[in-house]
Amino acid sequence: MLPFSFEKVRTEQDAIRAAAAGARYIAGGTTLIDLMRDEVERPERLVDINALPMADIRADGADLVIGALARMSDVAAHPETKRLQPLIAESLIEGASPQLRNMASMGGNLLQRVRCPYFRMLDAACNKRAPGSGCSAIDGLNAGHAILGTSDHCVATHPSDVAVALVALGATMRVRGPSGERTFPVEELFRLPGDTPHLEHTLRPGELIVEIRVPGGPYARQARYLKVRDRASYEFALVSAAVALEMEGNTIRQARVAVGGVGTRPWRLRAVEEALRGKAKDRNAFETAAHLALEGTRPLSHNHYKVELLPRTIVRALEMAGDTA
Amino acid sequence: MTKSNHDAPSGEERSLSGDDAPQRGPSRRSILQMAGGAASLAAAPAAIAQPAPSGGPATAPTARVRLVVNGSEREFEVDPRQSVLDVLRETLDLTGTKKGCNQGACGACTVIINGRRVTSCLTLAVMHDGAEITTIEGLARGDELHPLQAAFIEHDGFQCGFCTPGQIMSGVACIAEGHATSPDEIQFWMSGNICRCAAYPGIVAAVADAAGRT
Repeated sequence: MLPFSFEKVRTEQDAIRAAAAGARYIAGGTTLIDLMRDEVERPERLVDINALPMADIRADGADLVIGALARMSDVAAHPETKRLQPLIAESLIEGASPQLRNMASMGGNLLQRVRCPYFRMLDAACNKRAPGSGCSAIDGLNAGHAILGTSDHCVATHPSDVAVALVALGATMRVRGPSGERTFPVEELFRLPGDTPHLEHTLRPGELIVEIRVPGGPYARQARYLKVRDRASYEFALVSAAVALEMEGNTIRQARVAVGGVGTRPWRLRAVEEALRGKAKDRNAFETAAHLALEGTRPLSHNHYKVELLPRTIVRALEMAGDTA
Repeated sequence: MTKSNHDAPSGEERSLSGDDAPQRGPSRRSILQMAGGAASLAAAPAAIAQPAPSGGPATAPTARVRLVVNGSEREFEVDPRQSVLDVLRETLDLTGTKKGCNQGACGACTVIINGRRVTSCLTLAVMHDGAEITTIEGLARGDELHPLQAAFIEHDGFQCGFCTPGQIMSGVACIAEGHATSPDEIQFWMSGNICRCAAYPGIVAAVADAAGRT
């Protein structure tokens, strides 16, 4: 690991000032320290923000408000999370391991780097790590890679589970930086790789994620997260689906659907949602709607199976949500 | 990797209980270290002594950290790059905690920090000033094993034993969290600890048994 200077801050102002001058924030560290050890990440200054009072989890009316420093395990176990947004709890529990969930912050979860193996191999071409060097995954081992939102420069998936649920539920995030505060949908945090895959998010220099707000909705209680993977637990998704339904009798009034493991960012499927509106809760309707997820997919040499697995996963998740009392 | 064994800052110990101080006589470990000394000095990463590529600090500064490890207060200098795992093993000579993948993926380095199980390889010691840490060395009371340690022996919860300290620390926390009420639940909540010998049936049985007793 390369040397760096380390500073612990007590106030948000000090944190933002340090970051504006080039320091990297560190919270749980589960991504950053790992990548620093491999010299994929090479920050010269770290600013430890764990002392900032941003770990609160609370209800605000029907909304769930999560401080950016709240740990994944604490958010998942919190009574208000379970009461207001069980989808958030379920998606969190399906991610990482108990030890990592005890460490990883919510803000850091959203900003975690990709799990493409070539990103970590310093001797492999990777446009995300070394812009212009090429993409080793496109003609390499790409079974785990994306089929949606890819470019000729990068095909890595975004690895977060809870981000998929947040995007499905239309969550927003509040950030503060050198030029003040702003709030925007979590979905807009993530950039498509395009020809600049090294630019992953829309935060401006020095901006600090302060909190995440998950709006209450009539669909929030009838929501499930299904994660399909090579092991029963503690593995990244091959395909995952976060779905939420507002039902009126047997009819779907409104649906929310987002998927993970297949997109270069957490992938909201508005066409699928629209196709479900007003339909009866049955398998045919689910299959017809789920098929729309395949629009624009670009499978690679080793991940054609995701084209089959994606709609099946959505259908199963819709059935699970439909069965939720 | 961070530093070689030889230039790790030495611990300055103020033991509260006195009974868990590291043995100071020559051990298998210290003899192995002496034997490997020349090679590891020669192999010390050159990057440590060189400036960072874009003009970063040439040598990392040190920071003073106080930890309460297994009930004993320790205060010492750390290089900010040192993980909690490296400090436990190299500075405090508590080598029960194992370094497996050093990437947070295997769970061998699991310890309990302020009541929560974490992978000690993925967190920096400098971030934990004032923390209370429990390692495998802190579970037994004198000659009396912790109930989960005894259960691991009774149920053959290991073969080679390398993952066992992490399994046991994770299991202690799993039980305390209330996540050990059924074999299925134990499997899910212990999945952050990999066992290459696949002693999983024994591990699950041991955790279930100890959970039933506590």
